[in-house]
Amino acid sequence: MASARVGLEPRLEQSRIPGALPATEQALRKKFLEESQLVPGGDRISRCLQCGTCTGSCPVSYAMDISPRMVIALFRAGQIEEILRSRTIWICASCYMCTTRCPQGIKITDLLYALKRTAMGTGLYPDRLPVYALSKNFVRVVNRYGRNHEMLLLLLYYLRRNPLALFRLLPLGFAMWKRGRISLFPAKIEGIQTIRQMLAASKALEMPREKEEVPYVEGTVGYRAVG
Amino acid sequence: MREAPMEYLYYPGCSLETSGKPYDESLRAVFRVLGIELKTLKDWNCCGATMYMSVDEAISLAISARNLALAEQNGCRGLIAPCSACYTVLLKTNRFLKDSPELKSKVDHLLAQGGLSYNLTVQVRHPLDVLVNDVGGETIARAAKRSLAGVCFAPYYGCQIVRPERGFDDREFPMTMDRMFERLGATSVYFPLKTRCCGGMLMTKFPDVALNLVNELLDCATENGAQCIITTCPLCQVNLEAYQKRASKKFGKSYDIPVLYFTQLLGLALGCSETELGMQRNLTTFKAPLAAAVA
Repeated sequence: MASARVGLEPRLEQSRIPGALPATEQALRKKFLEESQLVPGGDRISRCLQCGTCTGSCPVSYAMDISPRMVIALFRAGQIEEILRSRTIWICASCYMCTTRCPQGIKITDLLYALKRTAMGTGLYPDRLPVYALSKNFVRVVNRYGRNHEMLLLLLYYLRRNPLALFRLLPLGFAMWKRGRISLFPAKIEGIQTIRQMLAASKALEMPREKEEVPYVEGTVGYRAVG
Repeated sequence: MREAPMEYLYYPGCSLETSGKPYDESLRAVFRVLGIELKTLKDWNCCGATMYMSVDEAISLAISARNLALAEQNGCRGLIAPCSACYTVLLKTNRFLKDSPELKSKVDHLLAQGGLSYNLTVQVRHPLDVLVNDVGGETIARAAKRSLAGVCFAPYYGCQIVRPERGFDDREFPMTMDRMFERLGATSVYFPLKTRCCGGMLMTKFPDVALNLVNELLDCATENGAQCIITTCPLCQVNLEAYQKRASKKFGKSYDIPVLYFTQLLGLALGCSETELGMQRNLTTFKAPLAAAVA
């Protein structure tokens, strides 16, 4: 899964010019803004007051290395890479408490999803913590069968993350199986073909969406332009 | 009062086929008793849950919109999604497509590749919402065969059926389920964590974090004298039920509290048998004091 790392030499030309972002960061920022702009209301991130209601409301913020409020602060400070390297975005269980309570109406949960997509797209993950594998395998199972298959998903995930944990799950798995709550084999839906067609079409859509950059020409803006 | 029998399309979702089987069985039983027809959506697919969204937005919305498009073809009045994740994802799909023309055109394009189209006419409903608002507490109380008097329950709504947008109930302190069961004679105990997160898929990713959340919920319910916890979501039910032993061991407690789906408790009141409600499939046993019959 060696997706291309974004950018050039990290942290090389950094801090030459005060206030300028390193190239890696600029690329990440571009990707994240593309992802978050598609979320309706995603631009409200700029309204953040740094009040901390999100962190206070989050049932799992105590286990995060970067709190939800700090995520927004770091984004503003131009340190998206640090966010992606933290386990924060993968710990979010998406209970939407922060989104519900945010006084500025920032869709924090959806922005965390946008950050997850940024991480998936750029291959930047927290070190030694392959939790993103769960989402990846989920997508694999759904794309293949059209539905999720709990056992297959857990099997794929634990084989990647921690095969020994499977033994720990055996008694529970057996109890569930005895009660008819586990199906052993996944079944395909009839219309899997339509899903395949949709997936193929989405690949074609994935063309780089370039924002047209207007070069700065002296004398076209400001007082000089109007004379 | 009712003219025609009510009819809904039913979207079971992946969980209700396997680990949430008792939810599926009890839901069908309850709706049968109340005379509401459930037509299963033909060839439905996964809604994308909380995880597809983290990989690709447009395709995850398109996959979930495929279900809505199929429902629309059936000309349905309401699509019932009992799983909290399905419910919230399908609602979110509707809302995103309404709010963002850019996403809508993308998703339309993807759906067209599969020979489908969607015009945003499907209403996504949670069974609790249908029972409380369409059927009505009065009708349910009239149909009840047994009284739930003596049942003290902790009403656990979980996070995703009431959030992020305001749906059929309050986002932090919903009361619909409390009122429905109190009308049938049960007592809802003080349970301030009723919409707190159960950990969801964290149980696989970060078990320690999830066990902590599960412990808080079980502790709050037992401390307040609940005999059972009533859930509305397949994932909450499994998390609260299957990890009681591990939570007990880790936090030095001895939890042994039945965790039921709200449709199971409702089914008991409506006179369904335990097998019909899939009670034998639960990992915990619930012995309800249900002797008294309603006149």
